[in-house]
Amino acid sequence: MQMDWFPLWLSLEVATIATALSAFAGVWLAWLLANRMFPGKDVVDAVTALPLALPPTVLGYYLLTVLGRNSWIGRAWENITGSPIVFTASAAVIAAMLHAIPLLVKSTRAALESVDHDFERAGRSLGASEWRVFWRISLPLARRPLAAATALAFARSLGDFGATLMIAGDIPGRTQTAAVAVFDAVESGNTAAARWMVLAISAITILLVFLSNRLERRRHA
Amino acid sequence: MIEVSIGKTFPRGEESAGFELNVEFEAKPSITVLYGPSGSGKTLTLDAIAGFVTPQRGRIELNGQILFDAGSRVSVLPRNRDCGYVFQNYALFPHMTVRQNLAFAATRLPRLERHRRTDELLERFHLTDLAGRKPRELSGGQKQRASIARALITQPKALLLDEPGRGLDAPLRTELYTILLDLKDTAKIPILLVTHDTEECFAVASNILLYENGRIVHRGSPLELLRNPATRAAATLLGDFTFFEAEVLTIDPARQTSTVRILGNAIHGPHLRGCFRGDRITLCARPEELRIAGKPGDNRVRRLPVHVMERPQAVRVDFGDGLTVDVPRDQWAARPDDLWVDIPAESLRQISR
Repeated sequence: MQMDWFPLWLSLEVATIATALSAFAGVWLAWLLANRMFPGKDVVDAVTALPLALPPTVLGYYLLTVLGRNSWIGRAWENITGSPIVFTASAAVIAAMLHAIPLLVKSTRAALESVDHDFERAGRSLGASEWRVFWRISLPLARRPLAAATALAFARSLGDFGATLMIAGDIPGRTQTAAVAVFDAVESGNTAAARWMVLAISAITILLVFLSNRLERRRHA
Repeated sequence: MIEVSIGKTFPRGEESAGFELNVEFEAKPSITVLYGPSGSGKTLTLDAIAGFVTPQRGRIELNGQILFDAGSRVSVLPRNRDCGYVFQNYALFPHMTVRQNLAFAATRLPRLERHRRTDELLERFHLTDLAGRKPRELSGGQKQRASIARALITQPKALLLDEPGRGLDAPLRTELYTILLDLKDTAKIPILLVTHDTEECFAVASNILLYENGRIVHRGSPLELLRNPATRAAATLLGDFTFFEAEVLTIDPARQTSTVRILGNAIHGPHLRGCFRGDRITLCARPEELRIAGKPGDNRVRRLPVHVMERPQAVRVDFGDGLTVDVPRDQWAARPDDLWVDIPAESLRQISR
């Protein structure tokens, strides 16, 4: 039997893009939450963590409402790119990001807050701007836990199922990711395909979690 | 010159529940030591000058430029305050070499000037050979020098040091004092140093601000402070004071004298300002100002030694009730059987409780 590896490659691609985009958004949000006082901070904090707690189908429903072809975001996207956002690989990226960002924000915030504030104060007293303090001092000092969080976020993006299924669908060869493919294969009784896909995803995920733990541990050594 | 007049109150329930800082002072281009027990607001003052914490009241000026003014809601960002800060734990960036640490601070200078200035300071603080090392590869003294060099690279208008001698052993402390005294003469900027170490305080201070519980209770040169501690807490901090609980027997303002009852004896004392007959007050004296004698006389109290301790310069004899006397070693060896402690009137100083 010919094994179709497309879902795995798609998943890796989606997870890579989603993690990269989430890293920017997540680090920025984490910095904001760690360093700034602003009205509504508690709300932002809570909303950021919400995707971790909400059922994936509920999350997918919200995404469909916000990004669907009848929503203004969906229409604007369609006007610009010429194709709808839902039921494409881009939608899978957004679904994955929704799970990667909360993870990244939580760990990055903890990492940034664990940096001894005297280093940042020292930077400021030496005439450095906040931007420079962040890039040259806070971020390098938090790089290990940050890398650990990124690895974990990548693993999480790789395995998203519920929200992805609802907003990106299950179109073989176009939007069918690895996690969805496993479900599909089991449903249709293709146990061999399911088994191989499960093994591949498990191997990659174990590797990532292992890496993440190592990075996290080395920080204390 | 730094002019500080600030107040900050911490709400109850937070870490420093109910703590209140209220200080006012000027610091000239010399070494001003903020001295006092931990938790008295010394570092808080330093942080307010550097801009790390914002006071609620008052004003901070550096060479006539306003750094902070509560009234007009002005608070210059730390990076624009031109204050060099040496942190208690040095705060050298651990992921950069010594040279990079210094160069980080010099980025506002043109490239050529930056190199020249970095090299110059590395040289001056004997760090040239260590320039490529990371902070964790440096000894305590080297870290100390590197952090001072880094703070100076921006040519700050004031230098703030938070307990710089902490954790250093004696020779390194001496080196630190030499660096600081040298800086005082060459840099000609106000140097503010926080410490609760008496030795450090007296080794470098041109001027001492004695902190107690968020206030400055005494200010002056080290000698003035030693001669006339303002409060019992100050005297305890300076160490080596003998305290007497005394009752005022007579007051003679015309002759500037008094008589007080100390340890059951009538003793002549100095003029006691603001006291009346019958008042109970606290007096203190330094052990080296008290003497032993072999026979009774004016201002002498008969006592038996309770405990004798060898000290580098003399023998410290404890006569009980907190009465300690430093006696020269040979004199103690040839001491009479009957012992009297001589308390000269001029050795007694009045302190507030």
